[in-house]
Amino acid sequence: MDLLTLLSDGFATSLSPFNLMIVILGVTAGLFIGAMPGLGSVNGVAIVLPLTFVVPPASAIILLAAIYYGAMYGGAISSILLGIPGASTAVATTFDGRPMAQKGQAALALIAAAFASFVGGTIAVILFTLFAIPLADLALAFGPAEEFALVLLAFTTFVGLGGDDILKTIIMICLGLVLSTVGLDLISGQPRLIFGDLPGFYSGISFLVLAIGVYGVGEVLYTIETSKSNPTVSNAKITFKDLYTGIKTISSYTKTMSIGSFLGFFVGMLPAAGATPASLMAYGLAKQTSKKPETFGDGNIEGVIAPETANNAASTGSLLPMLTLGIPGSPTTALLLGGMVMWGLMPGPMLFIDQPDFVWGLISSLYTANVAAVLINIALIPLFVWALRMPFSVLCAIVLVLCIVGGFAPNQKMHDVWLIVLFGYAGYLLRKADYPLAPLVLALVLGPLMEKSFRQTLISEQGNILAFIERPLSATFIFLSLLFFIWPLVGLLRSSKREHPHFSSKRPDFSRQNS
Amino acid sequence: MINADRIIASLIIISSLYFMWHAIALPIGWNGIEGGPGGGAFPFWLSVIMLICSAIVFWRSSSGTKFQKFSFDTSMIKPILLVSVSLLCTVGLISVIGAYIAIFLFLFWYLRVIGRHSIGLSLTIPVLTPILMFFFFEVTLRIMLPKGVSEPLFLPLYAKFF
Repeated sequence: MDLLTLLSDGFATSLSPFNLMIVILGVTAGLFIGAMPGLGSVNGVAIVLPLTFVVPPASAIILLAAIYYGAMYGGAISSILLGIPGASTAVATTFDGRPMAQKGQAALALIAAAFASFVGGTIAVILFTLFAIPLADLALAFGPAEEFALVLLAFTTFVGLGGDDILKTIIMICLGLVLSTVGLDLISGQPRLIFGDLPGFYSGISFLVLAIGVYGVGEVLYTIETSKSNPTVSNAKITFKDLYTGIKTISSYTKTMSIGSFLGFFVGMLPAAGATPASLMAYGLAKQTSKKPETFGDGNIEGVIAPETANNAASTGSLLPMLTLGIPGSPTTALLLGGMVMWGLMPGPMLFIDQPDFVWGLISSLYTANVAAVLINIALIPLFVWALRMPFSVLCAIVLVLCIVGGFAPNQKMHDVWLIVLFGYAGYLLRKADYPLAPLVLALVLGPLMEKSFRQTLISEQGNILAFIERPLSATFIFLSLLFFIWPLVGLLRSSKREHPHFSSKRPDFSRQNS
Repeated sequence: MINADRIIASLIIISSLYFMWHAIALPIGWNGIEGGPGGGAFPFWLSVIMLICSAIVFWRSSSGTKFQKFSFDTSMIKPILLVSVSLLCTVGLISVIGAYIAIFLFLFWYLRVIGRHSIGLSLTIPVLTPILMFFFFEVTLRIMLPKGVSEPLFLPLYAKFF
């Protein structure tokens, strides 16, 4: 079927009054969540996911995607008005956004951030629409061997490109995979890792429990520690004149926006990368290609435009492998994937064939979410200024309550709530000790698929381990995985020879907590 | 200062050993008949990798100061401990006195004692939150939250809304 026909059918779904309301609701909630320091898209989606049972599955996913989208816009608000990034994805926006606000240009910075996000988001959604079908068609050729190799590739990108301590990344991936094996053995059906026959573990550990624990409770503890006092909020009033001047100024930076959009989209597709490194890379590139690189850091508008186009484009980019291949491109999309599986919508190429209404409804909802986000963002700025003055303690208390009841609601087991508290404390400590949390959540979500495809391949091939490299696609993925794995090790050996007798595996820190 | 990196690495080593001990309940070797690894192999061997990596992290942090990244704002230990213990007590109380009363008490305690807010705010949010929760979970979603000994108090509400 023609692409435009599919998309227009999708619009018929996403523009239904109910779904339109869902998009507006999601984007508004996302904007607030993104704007609150300490809360990013991943925290928002983790906390709100269990509360979405109130709407049908397709609308629930549209709602969550809209929150994800809205949070990307919202992150810039506190970066500019507070000087504290609302989410790690908006770190680069503070570099020039905050100086602009201090110079009395908060309104211009906010307009620039909103419109740059809109441009980044729109270009990325168009790219998404164009790439979705070819990628899904390619994925149709996947058997269990390719599935395993692709998941392996996703994990090795964390080792090769993640930017965190390699050993700690490997530990987190293994921990996530081990936790994913709790419950019943996929093949034999025997109970496994049920820790002394605890009945709560028979159904396994839900990704939601880990996500709420780590990104809800853990994040609150982290926020309490890092935010001793409430920072000063810059005032921002936007008039129609500001809006006109803002749009006129921004439209002269087409090169910066195009670079940010394309870079963001492709970096966002990589599981280990995501919106934070994409926005930092776009900022760096904008500085290099700028006519006035020396003004970056002092309130150059390009320093706001570049990261904001990139982080929005990256958030859309990370949805592409999730929807077409079933491999999430970021922790937030890992949660969306988990949510879809929970509602019986298995992401992957078959979804395009079995549920075209849902897939295209979701894709078209990204277009509407983009338009809604830019309008709501500009319109509600006075409300954000007011909300940012809310004391942290009120926000933290409410988030903790949402974690408790949200964790209980899906399965109605106190066992899950206890686990959330446990994971929350563990997540906080692990984060303090520089253990990356994104691979942990991704491993828990992808663990069952990885084990199933590995064992299915070996059973069908009578134990022939070479089966993974006998199929061309699978062999390519395995080769790339090896490359990602070996590359940092070579770097390690070189640097250890030069500097220190011990391992020196810390590379530039692109923390992706909230990408 | 205690090397927290080493403590975390030790905890991961212990967890890995614990996972390995539970994983061996199922076969961890190669299954000759069906082909492929046994049911316990995946968790067992992954725990082995975890054990090796965390042992290296432990050794690495013992042998130099370069990796002692863990820093703690000591003035914030008290509030963090206070929140952590309050949360633990709240979850414990949910099964006894029910979610609604436990959450009311938690919010009041948090806002009044930890947050030092006015009595008005410290009462408004704790009263409104359980009411909203009741209408959202019980009336709209038909999800019953645990009520413990406070169950009889809800009987008139059940009669009205169900």
